[in-house]
Amino acid sequence: MTLLERFSTRKTFGHGIHPIAHKEATAELAIRRLPFAKQMIVPLAQHLGAPAKAIVSVGQEVVRGEPIAEPGGFVSVPMHSPVTGVVKSIDTLVATASGPKTPAMIIDTYTASDQKVLFECTADIRQLSPAELVRAVQASGMVGLGGAAFPSHVKLLPPEGVSIDTVIINGCECEPYLTCDHRIMLEYTDKLILGIQMVMEAVTAKRAIIGVEDNKPDAFAMIQSKLPKDGSISCELVETKYPQGAEKMLINSLLNKEVPSGGLPAEIGVAVYNVGTMAQLGDLLPQSRGLIERVVTVSGYGVNKPGNYLVPIGTPLRFVLEQVGLKDDFSKIIMGGPMMGMTTASLDVAITKGVSGIVVLEAPEAKSETPQVFPCIKCGACLSACPLYLNPSMLGQLAMVRDYQKMESAYHLNDCFECGCCSYVCPSNIPLTQYFRIAKAINRKIKVKQL
Amino acid sequence: MGELTSNLIAIAFMAGLGLILAGILVLANKRLYVHEDPRIDDIEELLPAANCGACGSPGCRPFAEGLINGTFEPSRCTVNTEESVRIIADYLGVDAGETNKKVARLACAGGKHVALIRASYSGLNSCRGAALVSGGGKGCAWGCLGMGDCAVVCDFNAITIDKHGLPIVDEGKCTACGNCVDVCPKDLFKLHSIEHRLFVACKNLEKGDEPKTECELVCTACERCVVDSPEGLITLGNHLAVINYDKNSLASPIAVEHCPTGAIVWLDNRGGYRTGKACKPTIRKKPLPIG
Repeated sequence: MTLLERFSTRKTFGHGIHPIAHKEATAELAIRRLPFAKQMIVPLAQHLGAPAKAIVSVGQEVVRGEPIAEPGGFVSVPMHSPVTGVVKSIDTLVATASGPKTPAMIIDTYTASDQKVLFECTADIRQLSPAELVRAVQASGMVGLGGAAFPSHVKLLPPEGVSIDTVIINGCECEPYLTCDHRIMLEYTDKLILGIQMVMEAVTAKRAIIGVEDNKPDAFAMIQSKLPKDGSISCELVETKYPQGAEKMLINSLLNKEVPSGGLPAEIGVAVYNVGTMAQLGDLLPQSRGLIERVVTVSGYGVNKPGNYLVPIGTPLRFVLEQVGLKDDFSKIIMGGPMMGMTTASLDVAITKGVSGIVVLEAPEAKSETPQVFPCIKCGACLSACPLYLNPSMLGQLAMVRDYQKMESAYHLNDCFECGCCSYVCPSNIPLTQYFRIAKAINRKIKVKQL
Repeated sequence: MGELTSNLIAIAFMAGLGLILAGILVLANKRLYVHEDPRIDDIEELLPAANCGACGSPGCRPFAEGLINGTFEPSRCTVNTEESVRIIADYLGVDAGETNKKVARLACAGGKHVALIRASYSGLNSCRGAALVSGGGKGCAWGCLGMGDCAVVCDFNAITIDKHGLPIVDEGKCTACGNCVDVCPKDLFKLHSIEHRLFVACKNLEKGDEPKTECELVCTACERCVVDSPEGLITLGNHLAVINYDKNSLASPIAVEHCPTGAIVWLDNRGGYRTGKACKPTIRKKPLPIG
């Protein structure tokens, strides 16, 4: 933290970067619905943890909102049909943005089906005990909608011996291009507050803080006007800086606490949720619905009609891009934000629960990153960018000589959450983050082999 | 006390200190001496000093210790010449053990001329890195990316990347150390006994003819090889032909004759392979266009 930041009243963390936001194209556009695609692809492993298990059979008719898969374990969630239609197959291998093909359910949409959710019942959520709330959250199929897709109910059950006293709601949206959380805070404010109250009840937390970056004053004002009178929920402005929305960074900014190395936020009594997750919970739980659609920002210069769209989960990427129109000379499609998202090689991947944005870059935009890599000049730019105060320069040099064990044991490789700040600032264009991801993948493989 | 005396005191003091410390070192050398079998050094001399890890121990010296303890058989070292193995066995007075030469084999034949590349990857020139970006952009999610991580890690220069972007293993040089097996992000390499001549060079688990659009040399699980070969030699598992190498003695080139794509091959002992008559020949020499 520099001297200037110490005296500043804006809450923030040390280090980090300021990428160009590119949010103006979609920030003012209200959330709109997309029509149904003719065929929906619902992968059974959209979340972290065990894949879901199909509970429907081929040829079965399903209605919008009906459960079609049950959780495959505790760290797993069920799936719900995004459309009314008929199940065409249940174990087709489909492409994913991450690479390996995974089994998915294919559902043929009935042409006349409408957007009304047919599978629901009103539930009196105010009467539920914390344990029942956790079960209800799991039954809704809710995962972290910020991009990690970690099952939400798992975070509601902190490990034994710790209790959550503060719930932090992440409304930073520090990724360039993305504006879905911004629109959710503006348009679904009531549902957002309701969702936060339910989560507070489930973890028996006393207070909740919503962190909003100061480039979204309208969202901040809207939330301020709707906060409950009892003062249990507060809203705070934080500095516009990447990666402000990362769990550990936001805790640091708002509470001035640090999550221990290798630990979880629960260990210091904090749970962090995304605003999108909270707004969806506030919408789904009172009606016992499942998660079947999410807000996705479609942006970038390769898109003709950028905007924030409510997309049914399982819609093929190709269909979304047909709807918004694509310029001919696009060169790169990123699922998620440009900093932490996944470049996808195939248009046949489905929009899953963890996809917060689709960014289509035109050739000149993508080319600005020159491919030539120069040797490290030891300038230390990455050290003053790393929000976790790691040593990316040293880690990178160890990665080049393939000393992956030392990276883990001596330089805290596993604390790196791959935000990409080091690669972004490196004047030698060294793909540091990619090196670290390779190192982690190899270390994981070695550990599996040793077991 | 002149200058001379003080100089003498200094010299005497340093000499005394040196003697005392030397005495401690002599004592330590006697009292803390670790007895080490002299045979370890002798055997280490006879080992190839490649420290490749193929035997399962971290390097050649631990392997030599293992030989003396009896945990390993001399033939466990696949890098060593047969003669050296025999000398070690004679020296230790143990059985050399069975030598079964193994080689690494790549379960993919989808070079750039037959397998579709969906999206071009630019960045770190490494299969490991490319595999993290949407699987590397190859149409077949199981296929070889051809950037040669395996050739880089091979300590014995046994792997070269051919013009179609496929690693070729030189069976003569390969010592089955397993470095390529560990580094391949798609887990395409596997150690096989050199006796295994019938081989399925594909790992695509997709059903039916669909993957044919992605690669011309894909196993479509049509079952022709299963029908043509003796009972139990080839089975179908996960939409892929699986060879039961326990019945390797029954294997013959007949199994590959009717394969329509050439995914199952008969490897000859000169490093080449043959496909069946029914297989459509690949005459394309250049890579397929990207898209």
